[in-house]
Amino acid sequence: MTINRRTPGKRIASFVRDWSLPRQLAGEPSKSTAAKSTTSEKLQPRLKLADKVGTSICPYCAVGCAQLIYARNGKVIHVEGDPRSPVNGGRLCPKGAATMGLLNNPERLTTVKYRRPHATDWEEVPLDWAMERIARLTKQTRDETFVEKLADGTVVNHTLGIGVLGGATLDNEENYLMKKVFGGGLGVVAIENQARP
Amino acid sequence: MSQWDLVNSDVILVMGSNMAENHPIAFRFVVEAKQRGATIIHVDPRFTRTSALADIYAPIRSGTDIAFLGGIVRYLLENDLWFREYALPYTNLSTIIEDGFQAPEEFDGLFSGWDEEKHSYKMDSWQYEGMVVPTANADHSVEVSDPEKKHEMTKRPPRRDETLQDPNCVYQIMRRRFAAYTPEMVERVTGCPKESFVKIAEAMAKNSGRERTGAVCYALGWTHHTTGSQMIRAATIMQGLLGNMGRPGGGVLALRGHCSIQGSTDIPTLYEMLPTYLAQPKAAKHPTLETYLEEETVPTGWWTNLPKYMVSLLKAWYGEHATKENEFGYQWLPKIVGDHSQFPMTFAMTDGFMRGMFVIGQNTVVGGMNAKLVQKGLAGLDWLVVRDSHEVETATFWKKGTLISEGEMKPEDIATEIFLMPASLPGEKAGTFTNTQRLVQWHDKVVDGPGDSRSDLSFVFHLARRLKELYAESTEKRDEPIRKLTLDYPVIGPLEDPDSEAVLQEINGYTTADRKLVSGFKALKDDGSTACGGWAYSGLFPEEGKNLTRSRKADGPDGNGAHHGWAFAWPSNRRTLYNRASADPEGKPWSERKKMIWWDEAEGKWTGLDIPDYVEDKAPGYRPDWSKEQTGMDAISGSDPFIMMPDGRMALFTPAGLKDGPLPAHYEPVETPAKNAFYKAQSNPAAKRFHRKGNALHEVADKQYPYALTTYRLTEHHTAGAPTRGVPTTAELQPESFAEIPPELAEKLGVRTLDWVVLSTKRGEVETRAMVTERLRPLTIDGSTVYEIGMPWHFGWAGYATGDIANILTSIVADPNVSMHEAKALTCNLRKGRLRRHHEGVEA
Repeated sequence: MTINRRTPGKRIASFVRDWSLPRQLAGEPSKSTAAKSTTSEKLQPRLKLADKVGTSICPYCAVGCAQLIYARNGKVIHVEGDPRSPVNGGRLCPKGAATMGLLNNPERLTTVKYRRPHATDWEEVPLDWAMERIARLTKQTRDETFVEKLADGTVVNHTLGIGVLGGATLDNEENYLMKKVFGGGLGVVAIENQARP
Repeated sequence: MSQWDLVNSDVILVMGSNMAENHPIAFRFVVEAKQRGATIIHVDPRFTRTSALADIYAPIRSGTDIAFLGGIVRYLLENDLWFREYALPYTNLSTIIEDGFQAPEEFDGLFSGWDEEKHSYKMDSWQYEGMVVPTANADHSVEVSDPEKKHEMTKRPPRRDETLQDPNCVYQIMRRRFAAYTPEMVERVTGCPKESFVKIAEAMAKNSGRERTGAVCYALGWTHHTTGSQMIRAATIMQGLLGNMGRPGGGVLALRGHCSIQGSTDIPTLYEMLPTYLAQPKAAKHPTLETYLEEETVPTGWWTNLPKYMVSLLKAWYGEHATKENEFGYQWLPKIVGDHSQFPMTFAMTDGFMRGMFVIGQNTVVGGMNAKLVQKGLAGLDWLVVRDSHEVETATFWKKGTLISEGEMKPEDIATEIFLMPASLPGEKAGTFTNTQRLVQWHDKVVDGPGDSRSDLSFVFHLARRLKELYAESTEKRDEPIRKLTLDYPVIGPLEDPDSEAVLQEINGYTTADRKLVSGFKALKDDGSTACGGWAYSGLFPEEGKNLTRSRKADGPDGNGAHHGWAFAWPSNRRTLYNRASADPEGKPWSERKKMIWWDEAEGKWTGLDIPDYVEDKAPGYRPDWSKEQTGMDAISGSDPFIMMPDGRMALFTPAGLKDGPLPAHYEPVETPAKNAFYKAQSNPAAKRFHRKGNALHEVADKQYPYALTTYRLTEHHTAGAPTRGVPTTAELQPESFAEIPPELAEKLGVRTLDWVVLSTKRGEVETRAMVTERLRPLTIDGSTVYEIGMPWHFGWAGYATGDIANILTSIVADPNVSMHEAKALTCNLRKGRLRRHHEGVEA
């Protein structure tokens, strides 16, 4: 690390070099060349700090505005409208403009919260434990409620004991796999999303 | 229609939508159209920013849109202002309907075929003369005495009278049907002054024809009604008569509210459908694959290809286990036995039939109708899995919910085992959303979600993996579906996230022998040689390395403005559906100004500014040879643009597909301050009603609940609030709940802005702040004054921006076609004061 030990003479020379007023008096424009300084020349846009940029789509309404998400060290540092998009041409509404606040919100959930029957509070549990417990509950409920045939012999091969809600904010691939696994795999028929309510 | 195509409209009717505030970025195209000279119209109970930017604003009472639109249809027909050259050949206006058909004006407010016992219609009398018109949706398909007659359409075209004189032709039926919808009647029922109404009808008519087109933009203000499907139908009838479908600047644009709600409708997490509009098998109707295909396949028109799509879907799901011998695994699909939508689910939870539930990215305690009943349902579950990015109300009802705050239950009383799992958001996972104009757009993964956050794709995939292990040793027949289900997606990284591109490729489809991606749905087969997870999306990943949803090439100033290089619009990257209608019957553009696609005689194919939504080389002059049987597209003549319809024509009169009538009729909302001025039938006779404790309804013009109430959204919040109420910027912009009250009513009740008020219905009570505003005007309905109150429904107890849940007030009733509720039109009472439950000792 070098320590700045400049002589008073050099410091004055540097100040005079960076001082805007003489250049303004000399007729240089105050908002461009006359405003330049050693510090301003080193400044760079925040987006230049990003080590990654990806294209995204706004997570709120269905207009489908395109976004650019900039990240540095695995953290989002900026979200803006994608100027190339024929939908939004770089614009975002108040919700879309809040996307970074949503992603980086300190109120986000980071662990699985678990509430035992009759408990009065949450406890935190490991993700793997929760996944195994959910798989076993799913199997148990399915096995106990699965109907192969109605009383009159009509084949139904379904369970009415499990429901699945949600989908309108999820990816097509996610909706597809939900319908395939819960419906085509487990026999759940009560699969619904916000398209109705 | 594409949102950007609105700039080509000469008139835009925004109705059932507050587009400027709820779809602000889409509204920029409306503003641009206005700058280019288009007339902008807003019809809405509230004067909003949309109204402020419109050329004409007309107030109406919530739920009276069919009276208004029916008025326009009558105005066009009686004054002969419809686009004859378009509507006569392209719609079923000239088609002859069965002689026994009767409409509400001659039949006590009902259509013919009403079965009082079953509470539904028998549709025999709604058919084209001598034939049954089939439809490709099992839940809606026609119940008729002689289903054999659905093959009649392969033998001859429907009988038509091009002179429109036959009393049973659709034109004459429609004239009689809407005769009562005079401007005076429109004013009496809707409260809209007849001068404003006539001005709007004239603006629509003036901007129709070869040189001009108009668009309609609607949102939940139309869908959230027990007559919602018919409201949209009424607008579509108007657009058909005006020649506004399949043309530049023409169409009906549904402004939907979630980033992939269109996608979750197409690739449905919905009970009655399989991916891309195939019916979920019904137990009674579809015992075998053979009966399914026979019932569902429409012999004429494009839907004749349905078996290819169904068999390919089964191959995608069950892979090598799906063989011709086992009906391609058809029996492994669960069969539905009734309505399994969210409302019956609420009751099934309360009654203990439904014992476990996954809630994935939906805050149903705030968004569900009759929010208290929803919470009672959740409290009746054995287990509940909630996946979200924030701690939403749905996950905390057991300690902070309405049942607890009202003292009905204590947390200790609730036995539900609950998991709240952190979910990744877009930017933290890769995949596609489908926007409101059918544009399938890819989003990248840029960062990992925080902590244990995972994508929902990863959750479902790993759950399925574990279940496959748990069922691995089973020899039970009932466990075959999960054991045989394909789940061979490659995984990425140490967290073993499934590759979403591989899932998208499965949706696109491939050949089963060599897993080569197919180029589109035309390549699909019904013999098991192709697999495809969603036929209508096929073509979005036509070859390895070519994910068209990632394409980001918009047109420059010299492009044709359809932006074919930007993402992928299903089907086949077509930007305007039924665009054959943009050319006249001979295949020539209606005008230079409104050209889109046309017939190139020299090349012998359709060409133009969009990808033709038609058989590429089908000449305009083609006519079916009716001396022999005609099926599929052979039965559709070269001048019929609507290829998904069995007769190739737009159905102004709908013989099949709707459960509450082949034409719209004005029925009052189930809860209303007014009697139906048109018919003896007060509300939609076929509406779904649920007589349950806690779901009581108000009387018509109920003195205890005298005010009309509507609910809506704000710019700064998103639906049930999970992604905005907890985010500082949006929460600060709209920090708490309120109700909008017209000054005249406020004065009567002594309420001033910022006072606390209590809104009540038989379902429950909520308190909120008053906002006294002239945005809502008292309306004169049938001679008496009706006050309408408005309340945004985003709020709950979670996050920074809080308030009582508006849906405590709403009831569970539903449109018979789509099981949609009626949160846009109900009745309530209003008083100054607070609720004791919140503030012990304060006046209740």
